[in-house]
Amino acid sequence: MKYLLMIAGDESAAAHANDGCGGWTEEMEARGVVAGGAGLRPPDEATTVRVRDGDVLLTDGPFAETKEQIGGFVLIDCADLDEAIEIAAKHPAAGYGTIEIRPVFEPPV
Amino acid sequence: MTFEEIYRQEWGQVVATLIRLTGDWQLAEECAQEAFAAALQRWPSDGVPDRPGAWLTTTARNRAIDWLRREAVGAAKLQEIAALGVDQQEQQEQQYDVPDDRLRLMFTCCHPALAMEARVALTLRTLAGLSTAEIARAFLVPETTMSKRLTRAKQKIQHAGIPYRVPPARLLPERTPAVLAVLYLLFNEGYSDVVRRQLTTEAIRLARLLRQLMPDEPEAAGLLALMLFHDARRETRLAPDGALVTLDDQDRARWDHAQIAEAVEVLDSALHRGHPGPYQIQAAIAACHATAAAPAETDWHQIAALYAQLPQTPVVALNRAVAIGMADGPAVGLRLVDELAAGELTGYYLLPATRADFLRRLGRRTEAAESYREALALATTEAERRYLEKRLQEVSVTA
Repeated sequence: MKYLLMIAGDESAAAHANDGCGGWTEEMEARGVVAGGAGLRPPDEATTVRVRDGDVLLTDGPFAETKEQIGGFVLIDCADLDEAIEIAAKHPAAGYGTIEIRPVFEPPV
Repeated sequence: MTFEEIYRQEWGQVVATLIRLTGDWQLAEECAQEAFAAALQRWPSDGVPDRPGAWLTTTARNRAIDWLRREAVGAAKLQEIAALGVDQQEQQEQQYDVPDDRLRLMFTCCHPALAMEARVALTLRTLAGLSTAEIARAFLVPETTMSKRLTRAKQKIQHAGIPYRVPPARLLPERTPAVLAVLYLLFNEGYSDVVRRQLTTEAIRLARLLRQLMPDEPEAAGLLALMLFHDARRETRLAPDGALVTLDDQDRARWDHAQIAEAVEVLDSALHRGHPGPYQIQAAIAACHATAAAPAETDWHQIAALYAQLPQTPVVALNRAVAIGMADGPAVGLRLVDELAAGELTGYYLLPATRADFLRRLGRRTEAAESYREALALATTEAERRYLEKRLQEVSVTA
């Protein structure tokens, strides 16, 4: 199963920007569950795209006004939700922010 | 055994096995349904087989194989299912001590990644075999709403990859409470309403099953004992006019004493393991009430001590104040209740009702009447209102 871990913090997350991920990255790479991912620049540097009636509409900023902001993402490939929860719970950001686990859409075979 | 009893007893096992074999919840349920329908047709003339559960599981499995063959999907899956004869699989389970499929099903239905309402509905549907219409009725929602809720929950299990298994030992401590909470919620839903008695019966049945499947989990036994104690008093909880009858005024001769004896035994065996948890403690409190021959013989000191061991929520604090008041006198009780009066219990009818009872015991009738009126305005059920009206009349008449 593939899952996207969306790692979010609130404004205080900036304080953790240079924390690194401790041994998390090393462990997950050794387990072979990480399929990609990156940290993100803050939401005020985001651009949101919508196409309506053929027109491309651009908005400055993120798509939703929430206190939580997505600060990074990891694509993982693991056995099931329980393993995904275990991986997310070990991520240092789970200690101050929140991590949403979203199963990746897999078209029916 | 009637067909209804066999259905209640075997449904969960048949569905659970079929889910393991096919990995498809919808198909598992449909095949189980067809197997029971076939039994209803065949058994009256052929007689009930020696092992109805095995018959039903085999029949359901054959339906699944037929369906998969018709749909020509997953040749590998098909072989896998066909290879796993039901008897062979039972042997394997005994041999390798594989946990019961129903335990797997219970942990999957009660996975913390599902919303509480979805957990409850799924448990009732897949483990207890209640129809969607019955569950909808019990939770006072339209059948279409319940049907959507069940479909969404099953889809989440499939798409989010919620595993169909009993969590590994290291996760059990954090996952078992979710299962116990669902069963206790079920019980309370049924207990608070005469019409929904069925839920109480199902909750007790599932708690018995859980205890049997997890003999090393004392909290499972604690929960079962708690339910049995409460349920033993069911016939005396309401007066003929529908008013709530408090413990003091219940006819103790009409309590189910065989069930109380069973509850005591279940609780004792749990407590002997030396790991008391909230359910065992609550059951011990219920035991103090259920085993007292008369209200005056209730060991309120013990009850107060037990409440002190529970996580101190506002409701627990209120109950503890009541117990101390009963042990040390209404003046002490009233003082403790008044200390609680502010804060999180605002709007909870038992707070003014308790206050009113202490005031009544102290002979302060005018103030008691005032508190009863306050409680009346907050009471949520007809039974509570009738009880409070009766009390209000008593203190008003003699005031």
